[in-house]
Amino acid sequence: MVIGLKTATLYNATAIGLSEVPLLDSFEFRHEVAAQIQQGGRLSALFVMPQGLDHARMFAVIGNPQQSALTVCSTMVGSRYESLTTSVPQAHWFEREIAEQWGIVPEGHPWLKPIRFHASYHPGQDAWQRDSGAEILPGVAPYFRVAGEECHEVAVGPVHAGVIEPGHFRFQCHGEIVLNLEIELGYQHRGIERALIGGPNKRTLHYMETLAGDTTIGHATAYCEALESLAGTSVPMRAQAIRGIALELERLACHTGDLGALADDVGYLPTANYCGRLRGDFLNSTASLCGNRFGRSLVRPGGVGFDLDQARIEQMSDKLAKALTDVDGAVRLLWNSPSVQSRFEDCGTLSLELSRQLGLVGPAARACGDEVDVRHDFPSGIYRYHQVAVSTVGAGDVFARAFVRWLEIQRSVAFIQQQLDFLKKLKTTTLLAPVGKMRGDSLIVSLVEGWRGEICHVGITNSAGQFAHYKVCDPSFHNWSGLAMALRNQQISDFPLNNKSFNLSYCGHDL
Amino acid sequence: MKHGFRYLDPLLGLILAPMLLGIINRVKSWFGGRQGPPLMQVYFDIAKLLRKGAVYSETTSWLFRAGPIVSLAAMMTALFMVPFGNLQAPLSFSGDLILLAYLLALARFFTVLAALDTGSAFEGMGASREVQFSALAEPALILGLAAVARISGGTLSLSGIHHGVTFSLWFQSGLILSLVTAALSVVFLCENSRIPVDDPNTHLELTMIHEVMVLDHNGPDLAFITYGAALKMWLLGALLVSLVLPAHTHDLIPIDFISTLVDTAIALCGMFLLAILTGIVESRMARVKMNRVPQLLIGASAIAALALALAVQPVKEKNGNRTHETQVTYRN
Repeated sequence: MVIGLKTATLYNATAIGLSEVPLLDSFEFRHEVAAQIQQGGRLSALFVMPQGLDHARMFAVIGNPQQSALTVCSTMVGSRYESLTTSVPQAHWFEREIAEQWGIVPEGHPWLKPIRFHASYHPGQDAWQRDSGAEILPGVAPYFRVAGEECHEVAVGPVHAGVIEPGHFRFQCHGEIVLNLEIELGYQHRGIERALIGGPNKRTLHYMETLAGDTTIGHATAYCEALESLAGTSVPMRAQAIRGIALELERLACHTGDLGALADDVGYLPTANYCGRLRGDFLNSTASLCGNRFGRSLVRPGGVGFDLDQARIEQMSDKLAKALTDVDGAVRLLWNSPSVQSRFEDCGTLSLELSRQLGLVGPAARACGDEVDVRHDFPSGIYRYHQVAVSTVGAGDVFARAFVRWLEIQRSVAFIQQQLDFLKKLKTTTLLAPVGKMRGDSLIVSLVEGWRGEICHVGITNSAGQFAHYKVCDPSFHNWSGLAMALRNQQISDFPLNNKSFNLSYCGHDL
Repeated sequence: MKHGFRYLDPLLGLILAPMLLGIINRVKSWFGGRQGPPLMQVYFDIAKLLRKGAVYSETTSWLFRAGPIVSLAAMMTALFMVPFGNLQAPLSFSGDLILLAYLLALARFFTVLAALDTGSAFEGMGASREVQFSALAEPALILGLAAVARISGGTLSLSGIHHGVTFSLWFQSGLILSLVTAALSVVFLCENSRIPVDDPNTHLELTMIHEVMVLDHNGPDLAFITYGAALKMWLLGALLVSLVLPAHTHDLIPIDFISTLVDTAIALCGMFLLAILTGIVESRMARVKMNRVPQLLIGASAIAALALALAVQPVKEKNGNRTHETQVTYRN
């Protein structure tokens, strides 16, 4: 244990010994986390690892973009502790998660509810004093209520009209105005984090790839980078470039699909029609790379499973250039149609201050003018050698969230073209490096900028070099509360549009 | 000769109305680079729904079942009063245009009651929107028709208006007719829940106006609703077409039979053109924000009111000081 230092500093995808993580007392811990957040840090993960039956060790992982470094600190907690949320609002969802998983009550938490509706992992210890055998139904919990003349409640989901994932949305409305929106998820909880303990094994990579199906490359890359760092593997340059290409293709496909879906939600057909097809073009590019449109089995521990030969490099380069021209044509219509702009502008506006308080990530945060991008702030893999500029728009409304996507589409295509050129000149043909045994008693934080934002994986190994704990934070975990806040004082009929502008993952949140 | 065609007018509407929806969908598909559903798709859908059974929620009463039937009956009755081409409407009397407005209101009233009967938050919201928007669209319809009635012969009957509006009237009172056309076009899009007011294709309950009220209807009830909606589009479309395309060829073609056929063919082309135009509007434009819809409708009502004000004002002609009043007497 390091005496004197309150936090350990580490870099993205660089392992440190578990003993190097300072163990603070609970007051120091709270103070330290609050101070780091105050200085511009972002809470990337807050989780608890059980230590025996009565105690658990709480870890906070904070990203400091100014130093391009992460800090970690920890404390021991019993069955209760003083809530962090009162001073660090972005901890609110994490603390609800901890309370649900381990029955550890954060005292003073303003709205302590389950988030995934599963039984406590600590038998007999439940934050809400429910019986251990009692059936827990998802979505059944207290909700905010508004009463009075012309106030009404609208419940949407978990079964929706479209082909989307299940989630429950509870609106408190005054006429057509939404006073409060509460989002309840958990319908897709599968227990992935628990299944990873004791790994890695043959299943682990598949869990990662299907954790959030549309972020296959993102999560698989985050996991592989964690594994490689723990095992001391150096990933071949060619594989790093291909991972970068795949990650940007994933971003291109999803951003293009989102712009089309946004157009569809306001009934603007031209863009909606073309973006649907163009999304397919980007997915097909991923398929031409590895045989699967979502990039399954491309990213593997030690590198990638498939190469791009000269002919396919040329082919992909041509296809991308053509697709970008088409996307440009389809998306330009959005910005040039007054009827669309009047829907996008001033709709679901979030301030930069609120975005920082909630700890939003990805395009949603960048649309509020927050310059957060893991590729820039905490680069790993190919992004250490080839930089991507951060795209921000200041408005914080649906327009900004749409326009950030368009800026990123252009930059992603440029980045891929650059990587394709780089691959052509690259002499090495090695794709996979052997991955040895992981070092024991270590902690690794692996961050990747997925298309929705910061993906954070934290792995802790036991003395045998297996995962003793694994924490996954999908960007959706941070951003769902952003959507809820964006809806305040908005028209309830604008909810689908706002929802689409965030386009968050249900299964990525539910794990 | 005309009497032989007396019931051809509503019959055309009853048969061809669902085709309009088919045309709109095809136009939208064409703009999107898709082939689109067959023109007859709405007929197939109606036939399919009629063969199905119906499921009723236990919380609903007879009102829920009455909704689709009453609205369809109201639309069919209204169809008998709206003239088309050179065909005589079977029902015509002074004041029938007011009955038309009230038949539309009756249909709406029962649809709203059926929606409220379900107790669903969605349907309640849709009912609230429908009532709010129709209250604003109704003045546009009535004031617009009143303005045309005033300048086209003073009869408060749809058939009277239909025969009074001619190309020469467009030369005399083009401004008033243009204003009314603009107002009725907005009413047409609103009443038929088309973009920019409503989006008939959306699956998002929270954004719907009309569609959300009928979410709980299924089977034959939904067939009635779909068919009723098609009839509504037909009759409001027929009003617009008879205003914009007042084909009266009996002065040019001496044979009554042929001129009636030609007029009807022209009116049919007008209807299909209207459907194509609606499809183009939907393909080129986004929906307006829900809280902007009243502005659009109040604008339409204001335009209709202006048209009426201009129509009531005696218009002096360039040669001679005849007012419309005297001109009308002269023509009668």
